[in-house]
Order: sequence, then structure tokens, then C-alpha cells
Amino acid sequence: MDATVFLISATIILTGAGGVLVARNPVHAALFLVQTLFGVAVLFVLQDATFLAAVQVIVYAGAVVILFLFVIMLLGVDRAEDLGVEPIVGQRPIVALIGASLLGLLLTVLLVSVDGPTGARAADAPLGDAGDNTRRLGEALFTDHVFAVELTALLLTVAVVGAVVLARRLRGPLQPLPVVAVASVVDDSSAPDAVEQEDGIHEAMDEGEGTT
Amino acid sequence: MVVTTSWYLTLAAILFSMGAVGLLTRRNPLIMFMCVELMLNAVNLTFVSLGTDLGDLSGQLAVFFVLVVAAAEVVVGLAIIVAITRRRQGATADDLSVLGG
Repeated sequence: MDATVFLISATIILTGAGGVLVARNPVHAALFLVQTLFGVAVLFVLQDATFLAAVQVIVYAGAVVILFLFVIMLLGVDRAEDLGVEPIVGQRPIVALIGASLLGLLLTVLLVSVDGPTGARAADAPLGDAGDNTRRLGEALFTDHVFAVELTALLLTVAVVGAVVLARRLRGPLQPLPVVAVASVVDDSSAPDAVEQEDGIHEAMDEGEGTT
Repeated sequence: MVVTTSWYLTLAAILFSMGAVGLLTRRNPLIMFMCVELMLNAVNLTFVSLGTDLGDLSGQLAVFFVLVVAAAEVVVGLAIIVAITRRRQGATADDLSVLGG
């Protein structure tokens, strides 16, 4: 029974992850991400981590992916990406090599260490059964780890303020991103060229009316 | 068949590697972000599995904080992407080399 549930959710997780990797449209990638997150939530339930499974669905599949979809749709960046071109020559084979070696390394570390986990078994925070999980987690969070909880509250406040500041629409025309002259010799004569390029971009974007 | 901890750890390792490969190959910043989420989920799965294996609640506590930090990270990261895309339409990660200074 457990093995069946595990194998089905593992299939769901891995196909979802593969979908994120190869989806050409960002909206499809976000939906594949939801699939993976649900699969992980099922595995949490299978391991009696019921509270985390609920949080996984609510926070990840609910809030985070919806935020992704909002940004995709608001910005209108949901055009398909051409995966046929390889922007950096030899990037894909190198990445495949890196991925394979990373997988080998992780499997070695995890599977060797699982036979002899280091450290003593915890006696202060024992794992309850599934029905007890939320209560135990809450007790541990608000007694032993209450300082960390306060810090995460502060972190969330900072993140909200930062997001508002970053996404705020500035008054006046926007400055375009500076154009960096790649592979240019750094000397005095290259400086006016860079300024000229920047002005050209300015006019092309048709928002340089108020700027000099 | 009994599901042992190694099954979960193997799955998490595969998921983490897929996320890393996606992060290195995709050019759309939003999809790169999603690949980071995949990697975070793989780590969360590892935490929960080892916590269950050791009979310790600390693994689940760590996952809780990872979730909060991931949410904050997504908020700030998406705000940066919004700010960049407003100035330059259709920017891919390759076009943003100016961030390197």
C-alpha cells in the first residue's frame, strides 16, 4: 500500500519536474510545478507530516504559484521560449554532466549516510503520530524556537516592504538599463560611445521626452 | 514492499538534480525561479524523511522555516523581475549581465 502510494507520487513528482524543465510556455511550467508540489505533499502525508502537507498545499501550491501566475500574466511574458537554440555553445552537454555528477554525489552521500545516521536520537522533540503532529509542531515552535519564529516574522515584514519598494511605479520617465559595452578596450575614447549608445536606447524606447 | 528512507532520499536527489539542471539551462528568469523551488522541495523532502527516520521533530521544524524563507524569497525575486521587465521587455537572464557590475 505504502509502496504503491510512493511510486504513484514519485511518478507525479518527476513528471512535473520534467515538465518544468522542458515546458516552453511559463504558464505550463507553473502548472507542472503545482503537480510536483502536490506530489511532495502526498509524500508528507505518507510520512505523517500532516501539518506540513497542508502548509505545502496552501503556501506553495496556493500562494507561491498564484504569485508566479500573476506575474506571468501581468507582465505578458507568457510567450513561448524557443528551446531549440543554445545560447552558449556547449552549455547543454556541460549542464548534463554537472547534473549527472551532482546526482551521483547526492546519492552517494545520502544512501551511505542513511545506514549510519550520525548524532543521538532526539529525546526532547519526539515525533508524534499523524493526529498529534500539528500540536507537537506548534508546541515546539512557540516554546523552543520562539525566537526563530519572531525572526521569520521580521523577515516577512522586510520582504513585503522590499517588494512594495521594488515594484512601485516611479514618477517621471524611467531610465533604461545602462548598456555595457562588452569586450571593449577600456580607455578614454570608449566613454563617449557608451553615452551615445545609451541615448540611442533612450529614443528607441520612446520615453526620453523629459530627460536630457 | 516496505518504503524505506532510502527511497525518499533517492527521489529527493533526483528532484534536486533536475532542479539544478533546469536552473542552469533555462533562460527565462521566472522558470529559473521555479527550478529553485524544485530544489527547495527536494531538500524539504530530505528533511522530513530523515526526521521520520530518526524519530525527531526537528526535521519538520526546519521545513517550516524553509517554507517561510522560500515565500519571502519568491516575493522579493518576483518584485525584482517586475522592476526589470518594466524597463526592458522580454529580458532573459543573458540580457541581464549588467547586474554583474
